[in-house]
Amino acid sequence: MTKDGAEHILSYGKLATVWMVLLLLTAATVMITRVEFGAGKVWAALAIASIKSGLVIAFFMHMKYEPRLFRVLLFVALFTLAAFIGLTFFDVLYR
Amino acid sequence: MSHVHKDSVGAKLGMWLFLFTELILFGGLFILYSVYLARYPQQFSSGGRQLDVVFGTTNTVVLLTSSLFAAMSVTAMKRGERRATLALLCGTLVCAATFLVIKYLEWSAKFHHGIYPNSPKLVAGAPGESVFFGLYYLTTGLHGIHVFVGGALITWVALLVQKGAINVDDNVSLENVTLYWHLVDLVWIFIFPLYYLIL
Repeated sequence: MTKDGAEHILSYGKLATVWMVLLLLTAATVMITRVEFGAGKVWAALAIASIKSGLVIAFFMHMKYEPRLFRVLLFVALFTLAAFIGLTFFDVLYR
Repeated sequence: MSHVHKDSVGAKLGMWLFLFTELILFGGLFILYSVYLARYPQQFSSGGRQLDVVFGTTNTVVLLTSSLFAAMSVTAMKRGERRATLALLCGTLVCAATFLVIKYLEWSAKFHHGIYPNSPKLVAGAPGESVFFGLYYLTTGLHGIHVFVGGALITWVALLVQKGAINVDDNVSLENVTLYWHLVDLVWIFIFPLYYLIL
């Protein structure tokens, strides 16, 4: 039986490092949003949430080590969602 | 050595396609949230301030930790460490249960204050506030169901690991179930700032 190449296994250390960064980003987002600076905190919170999900997808979900097709499809899904959001607001904001 | 052909890349690809539909499902709820936030900014703000940041932050840490355990369980299985895999899956389950208990406490406190869908207080109040809490219950409720289903799936793969049906050579079911679990974490990563922090 042939094995499909050497399978990539993430070490415990690397996973724990990602977890630590995720906790630090959580602390950062809580602190940033406790300060009043209007719409800025919304974008800051969303930016941090996006970085956190990027880390979860890349490492915990192993996306970084999957074939390219997986990332292409992820991009298609995110693009579809972004199109929904964009078109909805194009309608809602300019009524 | 078995000669059954297993296509683990195909299995994972199928799981990811399913996860994309979940992404669009929750994405729809986030679109509703943002459209109504634009329409009722004051009422969303006063609604959001009634949510408990301590509960929200605790649950964020609990879910991130559960995701770490789930990811580590895959590493343990691929290294052939069966007992470590089982211990890590149990850790994930403990986190899932903790999350649901905290959610229960949080919802109970809201119910106690007369805040639940169609409650007299919300019906009599401003429209934006009942929209906010309607979306809050719908989104966190649907997410809660996902946590529950994820917990059931983790239990199922843990039993398969115990039996040896998931092993060092054949473990794509474990991988796919942990992918589902990480999706549950991903959705919470967005629910947390949107409902608990920015308002």
